This record gives sequence, structure tokens and C-alpha cells, in this order.
Amino acid sequence: MTALDQLIRDTQIIISCGSGGVGKTTTAAAIALHAASSGRQVVVVTIDPARRLADALGLDGGLSNEPTEVTIDPPPLGAGRLSAMMLDPTKTFDDLVSQYAASPERAERILANPFYRNIAGALLGTQEYIAAEKLYQLHLDPRFDLVVVDTPPTRNALDFLDAPATLTRFINHRLFRLMMLPARGGLKVLNIAAQPVLRTIGKVVGGDVLADAIAFFQAFEGMEHGFRDRADAVSDLLHASVTSYVLVASPRRDTVVEAQYFADRLAESKIDVAALVVNRLQPRFGTIPTEQALATADSLQISNPQLAAQWQNLGELSQLADAEEAVIAPLVAAAGPGIVHRVPLLRDDVHTIGGLREIATHLFDGPPQE
Amino acid sequence: MESMQFFGAARLVIVAGKGGVGKTTVTAVIAHAAAAEGLRVLAVDLEGKPVLRDLLDGDEAQQIRQHPIEVITITAPEALADYLDGHGLKRVSKRLASSGIIDVVATAAPGIDDIVVLGKLKQLERNEADYDLVVVDGPAAGHAVTFLLAARGLMNTVRSGPIRTQAQDVLDMFADPQRCQVVLVGLAEATPINELVETAYAVEEQVGVQLGPLIINGVDPGPTVDENAAVGNESLAAAAAFRNHRIAAQHAQLDRLSSELALDRIVLPQLPVAGITRDDLDVLASALLSQIAEVAG
Repeated sequence: MTALDQLIRDTQIIISCGSGGVGKTTTAAAIALHAASSGRQVVVVTIDPARRLADALGLDGGLSNEPTEVTIDPPPLGAGRLSAMMLDPTKTFDDLVSQYAASPERAERILANPFYRNIAGALLGTQEYIAAEKLYQLHLDPRFDLVVVDTPPTRNALDFLDAPATLTRFINHRLFRLMMLPARGGLKVLNIAAQPVLRTIGKVVGGDVLADAIAFFQAFEGMEHGFRDRADAVSDLLHASVTSYVLVASPRRDTVVEAQYFADRLAESKIDVAALVVNRLQPRFGTIPTEQALATADSLQISNPQLAAQWQNLGELSQLADAEEAVIAPLVAAAGPGIVHRVPLLRDDVHTIGGLREIATHLFDGPPQE
Repeated sequence: MESMQFFGAARLVIVAGKGGVGKTTVTAVIAHAAAAEGLRVLAVDLEGKPVLRDLLDGDEAQQIRQHPIEVITITAPEALADYLDGHGLKRVSKRLASSGIIDVVATAAPGIDDIVVLGKLKQLERNEADYDLVVVDGPAAGHAVTFLLAARGLMNTVRSGPIRTQAQDVLDMFADPQRCQVVLVGLAEATPINELVETAYAVEEQVGVQLGPLIINGVDPGPTVDENAAVGNESLAAAAAFRNHRIAAQHAQLDRLSSELALDRIVLPQLPVAGITRDDLDVLASALLSQIAEVAG
């Protein structure tokens, strides 16, 4: 039984994290598929899937905020079900605003504000926060008992964990509190804009942007408590024991460094890495040591060049496998070998349910079991 | 001469590509190759990570170079503080930074952090006295196009003030292929090629910046292995079949790329290492230089 076998029985949320290009999405999809096949009611949330993987998961309709059920063959055991969704951050944020706004008119004003449109798209950590928010919603959704989520490809893999706090900090910032002062009496937008600090900002970004921002915060006034409480609840869930983190890496020096860094940061937040997945490892063919294969190639160079080329090839592939093993060794040691899952480089790119099943054979012991 | 046409084509080269395709490696290879040709090179890291510096700053390599490569890091918060200093806001910029208001400014006008970084790059591009080539390890993941689009976006949202001027200057630089080019990096696999094609169209159509040759990283140099030579040795046969399948798959993807994008292409060989170190730069730089000669010829 692998650590992931245990995980898909026990846990309610699985977060797949790691740096860009290491196969986070594919790993999340393979885990979700196997868990569903084993009888769990799973929803997998992806952020930016490759097109063909999205097609395989029935997400060809593009972004959606509703999970779509995926037909899987052979059918899942028991009550197992797999749904997938591709996160639409803007729509999710809009829904939150509508939910917390004091009135539909207030919501309308916020949603139409240019500054809000900017925040929804570009506020540092918005996408991460929204992914966490969606995770929270799906966790409470009675249709699902396991949520598997893929983290956004960010400059900094930690943004996801910090996102709720970032949003809270943003809302709590005294500058925004200033802008949120209700426009009562003679205190009009222009007067607020005349505050020295705002005047300075206005000089830099231009008066229009500032006016939009002030209008936004005035419409937002009163909603910040709802948002803050929600962000706290989301943050608690990210740190709760029902949430497990799967760290994904590839056997390249830089991604191993990033994975190690992320593991350290999780540890600082008192979160254990529940499973480590190392993707795209060069497979080994047989057990002949690298040196021996390369020496054999040398010795056959003249007598049998074709055969020498084959030995050379075996030696080179094995050399790469050795180098990869050496590069991941510190990460494996730090994680504890018991939670490491090695996935070989497959002959073809993975973009079908069949391909995901093949990945799953390397993540789990044996076929799905209820 | 031919390589000078490539390196001399634009003074600022921004290397862009999705995460995991080897953007930083390619940045280092271009810098290393240009320095080997005797150019004064500045390599710029935008993430504050040590990888690029580690690749280029090896003492031995630097001693051999006619002009040692300078490596600097530009991050958005520092660039923004610098920018405020330079615009008569020196007194407030410290206070702004310490109170965290800089983050808030960056939020108020998204793209402002990108534009101050681009503005810095523009300054460096203008510094002909010190550098012949400025090569930038561009932003990671899907952020590249957003980063490059910041100037255009701000022209729409910010209707006056110094930021608008800055954005205009950056757009002027983008519009001049002799000043700035974007080099896209990809891998010879289905999904990375799809993303490369999408990014190339987005960069050309939306950003309006000249694309340099595409650089495809980690391509198995082959040749294919004769699968029939070893009768009865399963390991040899399986290894040969695996290698040949990967090579064929990579070639199929490269062919598809040619049919979808009419841009020059340079392939860098896959090396039997788990991540490039500075010892590997020579071999990759010569691959780059020899193909530049072919492309130019």
C-alpha cells in the first residue's frame, strides 16, 4: 500500500503542488481518477490544463464554475464518481461579491467598477485565493467526499497557502480603510483623494485609477467582514487535518530545489507532505550498471558497431537515470522514502483517461479497490 | 559574422516560455555564447532566484571571457521604489515602502509592477556605453504574455502621468525590432509545442514585439539505434525501442511546429544530466552558435 493508497481512503482534500512544468495537473487528475474508480465521489479542480487533457476530462467547454461528470470506463466501483472542473477565477470572485453584497444594486456597482475588474484579474494572489475558495465550497458540497485540487502555476509556489492572509491583509490595510470611509456629509470622493498619501499615489498612477479605486472601496464598505471571515475559514481549512498535500517534482536540479523549498515552507506552517511524486524519471532497462554498459560499447566499437550503438544507448539512458537519482536523493531523504512515488517518463505524452490510468499504476498498489 | 547578425539583431532579448521548459538555461546559453563572441553581456534575472547567477558566474568561465558577464536581479518592489525615487517622490517612497503601500499601489494599477521592470529594462537597453546585449530570463509560467502586455494595458487604464509616459516608451521599444526581441523557448513535446504556438501568436498579435528564432530545448540528438542488432538481449532491445520512440515523437512534434509557425528554429541537444550546470554551457553554446550560422546562411 502506497502513501497515496492510504490518502485516497482517509483524506477529504488533496492539494497537488510544485513548480511549473512538473506535472501537477496530470498527477492531480490521475489521483482523482483512481480515487473515483475506487468508490469515492471525487471532484478534481484544475487551473490551466493542457488542452488535450482537458478534453479527456470532458472540459472541452472551457472554463466553468460547475463540476462536469466524467464518464469513465470501466465504471467506478461502488458509488464512485468523477467530476472535473476548470476554475474560472473571475466568475468565482464575482459570485463571492454577489453573495456578500448588501444588495443586488451594490453588487452591480462593484462588478461594473474598473478597479474591481483589475483586482479580480490581477491582484497578487487572487487566482490562488479563488482556488482555495473554490476548494472550500466544494468541500462543503454534499455531492463530493474528496476534492483534488491543482495549484496555479505561480512565480512562487507558496502563494497558495498565503493567499487567504494576503486578501485579509489587503482588506485590512489602513489605506483601504481610509478609502472605505463612508461618503457621508461633505466627505466626497474628491476630498478623500486629497489625503496626502492618496494624492501621492494619484500622482503615480493617475487620478482616474484612484477615483475608480475609491469608488470601489466605497461600494465594498460593509462587505469586508464577510470577506475576512470567509478568508479565515478558507485558511483554517488549508491547515486542517482533512487536507493533505502532495508535492510534485521532476528529476531536475532546479525543480528539486523548489520542491525542497516548498516542503520547508509547509513544515514551517506545521503541515506534513503526505506524499511526494517524482514524475518523468528515465526508466531503467535491466540491471546492468552504467559503467559496464558503456565499457561494453567501447569494446564492440570496431567489431560490431551496431551492437556497440545499442550498448552505448543503454549506457546513456542508464547514466541519465543515475544522474536523476542523485539529484532527487536529498529530496527523497528529507521526505522519507516511505512516501515517495516514482513515475517513469512514459513513451508518449499523457492526455487520455488511459494515460492517466497508466500514471496511476505507478502511484498506487494494484487496481482500484473499494 | 553570422552570429553577430543574430546577437546584433536586437540589443534587448527577452527569453520567455512556460515553466519547466528551460528558460533560464537558454538565457544562460545565449549570454555565454554572446560573451564567447566578445560581446559585453548583461544577464537579467527577474525572480530573485540564484539559478541564473549560478550558471554564469563561475570564476573560471568569467576569467576566460573577454568581457565577464554581468548578472543582475530586478524585482518589481525594488524597481518601483527606484522609480518613485527617480520621479521626485524620493521622500515618500521610503515611507510608502515601509508601510506596505507599494503593494497597494501595485494593486491599484495592475501591471504597474511589470511596467517599472520593463522601464528598467528599457534603461539598460539604452545603455550602449556599457552593454552590447542585454538578455533577460523572462517571467515564468503563463505570466510572460501578461508581463509583455502590461504596457498596452496601462495605456488604456492610466490616462495621464509618468506611468503613462513610461508605458509609451516601452511600447516604442517593443515596436523597434533592432531594440527588442522576444525569444520563445519550448520542448519538443505535444503540449509545450501547442503552448509555444499559442504564445507566439499572442506575442506577435497582442504585444507587437518582434520574435527571434524559437529555441527548442532538450532535443535528443540521436541518431536512432538499430533495434535488430542484439538478438536475445531484452534490455538492449527495450532501451533501443524506447529511445527510438522518443526521438521519433520529438521529430514529429518539430515537424508539426514547422508547419504551424514560420519562424527560424534552433534546437539545443538533450544532455545526459539531471539539470544543466555551468559545465554544460560550452556544449550548448556551440550548438547555438553553429545553428545561428546555418540560420543566417
